[in-house]
Amino acid sequence: MAALLARYAECIFWMARYMERAENLARILDVHETFARDSFGSTNWLPILRLNADEKRFFELYPTASVKNVLNFYVLDQNNPTSIIAAIAAARENARQLRPLISTEMWAHLNMFYNRLLALEPATDLAQHNIQRLCASIKEACQTHTGITEGTFFRDQGWYFYQLGRNLERADQATRVLDIKYHTLLPSPRDVGTPIDISQWNSLLRSAAGYHAFRRVYPRGMTPAAVAGFLLFNDNFPRSVLVCMREVDSLLNRLNSKYRLRRGTLPLERSDELLGNLSNQTIESVISVGLHEYLDGLQINFGKLSNDIAQAFFLIDEPGTLSA
Amino acid sequence: MSGSGKGVDDLLSSYDANGFYDELFGSASKPASHTEAVKDRLRQLQYDDLRRHASDAERELYNLGITFLVYSDAKAVDRILPFDVIPRIIAAKEWAHLEKGVQQRIAALNMFLHDIYHDQHVLKDGIIPAELVLGNANYRPQMQGITLPFKTYIHIAGVDLVRDHEGTFRVLEDNGRVPSGVSYVVENRHMMLRAFPDLMGDIGLRNVENYGAKLLEAMCEIAPPRPDVDSYDPQVVLLSPGAYNSAYFEHIFLAREMGVPLVEGRDLAVIDDKVYMKTTGGLRRVDSIYRRIGDDFLDPKAFNPDSLLGVPGIFEAYRKGNVALANAIGTGVADDKAVYAYVPRMIKYYLGEDALIPNVDTHICREPDALQYTLDNLDKLVVKPVGEAGGYGITIGPRATKAELEECRAKLLEDPANYISQPMVPLSVCPTLTEEGIEPRHVDLRPFAITAKSTWVLPGGLTRVALKKGTLIVNSSQGGGSKDTWVLTEGGEADPDPVADDSTDPFHTQSQSSSSQSQSQ
Repeated sequence: MAALLARYAECIFWMARYMERAENLARILDVHETFARDSFGSTNWLPILRLNADEKRFFELYPTASVKNVLNFYVLDQNNPTSIIAAIAAARENARQLRPLISTEMWAHLNMFYNRLLALEPATDLAQHNIQRLCASIKEACQTHTGITEGTFFRDQGWYFYQLGRNLERADQATRVLDIKYHTLLPSPRDVGTPIDISQWNSLLRSAAGYHAFRRVYPRGMTPAAVAGFLLFNDNFPRSVLVCMREVDSLLNRLNSKYRLRRGTLPLERSDELLGNLSNQTIESVISVGLHEYLDGLQINFGKLSNDIAQAFFLIDEPGTLSA
Repeated sequence: MSGSGKGVDDLLSSYDANGFYDELFGSASKPASHTEAVKDRLRQLQYDDLRRHASDAERELYNLGITFLVYSDAKAVDRILPFDVIPRIIAAKEWAHLEKGVQQRIAALNMFLHDIYHDQHVLKDGIIPAELVLGNANYRPQMQGITLPFKTYIHIAGVDLVRDHEGTFRVLEDNGRVPSGVSYVVENRHMMLRAFPDLMGDIGLRNVENYGAKLLEAMCEIAPPRPDVDSYDPQVVLLSPGAYNSAYFEHIFLAREMGVPLVEGRDLAVIDDKVYMKTTGGLRRVDSIYRRIGDDFLDPKAFNPDSLLGVPGIFEAYRKGNVALANAIGTGVADDKAVYAYVPRMIKYYLGEDALIPNVDTHICREPDALQYTLDNLDKLVVKPVGEAGGYGITIGPRATKAELEECRAKLLEDPANYISQPMVPLSVCPTLTEEGIEPRHVDLRPFAITAKSTWVLPGGLTRVALKKGTLIVNSSQGGGSKDTWVLTEGGEADPDPVADDSTDPFHTQSQSSSSQSQSQ
């Protein structure tokens, strides 16, 4: 069976993560733009900075969290490592190294996507009335990438690492989106149940591309607990933490069995444990111990899992694991 | 832009090759009758269509990232090698001659390399001055006494040829280290198949598809046997300096065509004088390496200790016969511009034959007479430093200013051994699509040869074209472009050397035209 170069596995894992990250950010910016028009003004853009823990860095560069500044910071600022263009540049750099492995279509699309971002004009393309169009085109490009990958990428080990990266990033992003809303909403119990509250949770669901799916499960009304529970534990929503982690666990399992990657035992143990925990939770029990603490714990575990994966598959330095 | 609204016919009718040998029309004494079919088809095209196809092709090259990196102002810029849509066509007979000539040359060069790293007869017999070889920066004493499979040192060669005003091909340079450009040969063909299927259908064109398969075959042939393994299937890899190398696209291309991993130094490890690659499942033995890293950077333990690109200990593994390298270490002596002058004598010495493709006359400035001649005729000669590649440091006498000639003279006097001089070859031209319409532009030709047990020459080659009016420097780093090179079959027959897979594909028979082959790619 063809072996997969450890560096390729790492590149493809990260390429998938960066693409997922860019898509997620575009969706968040898009949704916030819609809600910012509701006369909340510039204050509405702060949550996005908090989401990525970027407030300090941002205010070193820009005086106010205005639409223009935040968008520039997150879309086109190449010096900001959490910007969309930085994520796409990183994905493209990984893809560049992966060109012997990925399909020509995957590379060509990513290459063109990046060149298109480079050609954007801040004055026009980032003008507020064009934001939705821009975000829509970025989301679409990311989803096109996903589709091209699904349709053209050879299903060997590399495919498993791609899926691993994508699902882990998705799970992580879901907890981050949820966490920031927790901060903005819960400290002020006065607002719970008011129109502001509902519009915020609405926005959150849309950020996670879950609004319509949520409506199918909860046709009558929306409570913060239901939304949080949906994003964490719904077992059919493709972006819920549970579904993503179930996928991650199954991928790690198959890498161990199908490709006999025995070094993968450690990450598999951690993902088994994580999955077990998610499967046995309810949103009520989570809220009773504290949603923020729970999300924090998940994020720490995703970080550890990512490190375990790197240790097991990407960092093959010590002799002693000779094969064939 | 001139020519808008015109047919290609009008433009070709007023075309004037300015007395140079023309690749499409030939010369008065040697007309190119083999290009009739293509000329007829070209004449039926509209100039605007040609332009449109050309810009489509360039956009596609850029989108696909078929680029090389250029370093300017300390920044690396992705650039495409400009692609000209008017092909360069070589007759079957002419190609058969070139093929033999290249095979002969590679055979002699390999015998020379084996000789200088063993008994050194060629030096003892005074055919080549010993200090030219043993004092050469590219000579690797570490290779002394190592015997290689099939005594092959140069596994991959790109021999630079030019055609003079009489239409005679001459060798300009041997590239026996890490010659680049074969990826463009294949990609240019893909581009032409997409842009002009009508132009090339049924004219009997040799295909260039199987370079990767032939290369892999050679890499497997030279892999050291491993008696301890059942059904031995050698692990081949391509070793690249990495994504910031100017030829990185070519490395990707070759790895893909061979279906082998593209590794970097950090992906390999040497344990007990055996080479391994780091995979998701642990370390895996590597048998045969097509390396695109120069000798100096290959192994910090054996060569340049500062290099971070290479693999510590790989030379020892190689010396012990545990891994194959292509090209071998130390081949640079044979592709040295000074040693080049002796190759016709080498061919005579080792093979007892005359060189089938002559050299361009070369004056070796380390020899006092040649130096004097060069200094006396500076304004007529091309002076080249022997240690440089990529067209750097060349002085073209007839085109140089007085100040440039004086600067060249000073350099020659300071270090004569570093230079050779050659008469200015009036390079042949080929009709080329330019801003001014269809104009003659100078071209050269780099055929690629693969050698393990025997030598195979890719029926095609990289035609580089000097896009700037009047310039003779076709090098890509100097703003040159490339053309698709069409080698015709005898009498328009099917390719005698078809792509290996064809026979097993019921939908893909040899009698089909080249244009239909493109659909299976």
